[in-house]
Amino acid sequence: MTTATKRPTELTAIDDFRMRAATEGLLDVAYTTADSPFGPLLLARTERGLVRVGLPNQDADELLADLAERVSPRVLEAPAELDEVRREFDLYFAGNLDHFDLPLDWRLSSGFRQRVLRAINRIPYGQTRSYTEMARKAGNERAVRAAGTACGSNPIPLVVPCHRVLRTGGALGGYGGGLPMKEALLELEGVLDAKGSA
Amino acid sequence: MTALPPFQTVLDEHSAAVMAILRGAVGRDGADDCFQETFLAALRAYPKLEDAGNLRGWLLTIAHRKAIDHHRARGRAPVPVAEVREVATEDGIPEHDPGLWAAVGALPPKQRAAVALRYGSDLPHAEIAAALGCSPAAARRSLHEGLKRLRKELA
Repeated sequence: MTTATKRPTELTAIDDFRMRAATEGLLDVAYTTADSPFGPLLLARTERGLVRVGLPNQDADELLADLAERVSPRVLEAPAELDEVRREFDLYFAGNLDHFDLPLDWRLSSGFRQRVLRAINRIPYGQTRSYTEMARKAGNERAVRAAGTACGSNPIPLVVPCHRVLRTGGALGGYGGGLPMKEALLELEGVLDAKGSA
Repeated sequence: MTALPPFQTVLDEHSAAVMAILRGAVGRDGADDCFQETFLAALRAYPKLEDAGNLRGWLLTIAHRKAIDHHRARGRAPVPVAEVREVATEDGIPEHDPGLWAAVGALPPKQRAAVALRYGSDLPHAEIAAALGCSPAAARRSLHEGLKRLRKELA
């Protein structure tokens, strides 16, 4: 991710290579970074859809190494492949998008965790649910702790809105991007007022 | 076995060396095409690569083959140069000496690659050997033979 130091001719050759790789279907994982009010996000997609969103407090290099291992080592920076994703994120953070309309690639989660995440994916904008409710929707009401773990391991945060899952009684619970970010997202969606109460 | 890093890392770390060796081997005009062919071939083969221990050598081997393909396709014609400028280069490699690089381009493939890798990419013998898939002694020999022939041609 250090292309800034390259000489112009080499950059052109790299751009051409990237384009040909895309045309030939060799971009198994395309990624880019996007600005957000919380810091840079890492966005990664496969031919199926968005597969990973890295939050600002997560190490991008580690996430990319993980994608190389679990999806395919053909991981390349290709901003143009994520134009639509970035556009929807910009709208969302500006408060002008209440539903991400993006194909998702669920392969980084499985079993109970994936069922929890799919249930979370149906929580509408500006609403919240409890971990218990998510556990029940995923088929095991008593697995509340496991439902919390599933939220914590969410590979596609923001789009799969795990920030809308709270403790029974309304306490915030946890968030992979840090609690201030969870709070700010709930404020953005009008769930919390600026004092942080629901 | 080392886990394969994201291909972007390979591109970031080795694109400059690949470009340098290709400029030496096929000249400025052909280098961009060969560069793309090299990295496309590498990207295609990458998931099946069994050892990530010497990615640079692996890439330079591919680049070397693409340079040979390029020369074959051109009937091993010397690299045409439209305009020769008297300019000093940053790294001291005389990129604008068409006579020299044409002579390098006319060397047998192994000698040409050894000379380009040594003086174009500044690689030590061990890495040249890895790139050419031969022993360091054989790499040293190819380099030596190549230089001997160049001295004779350019004398």
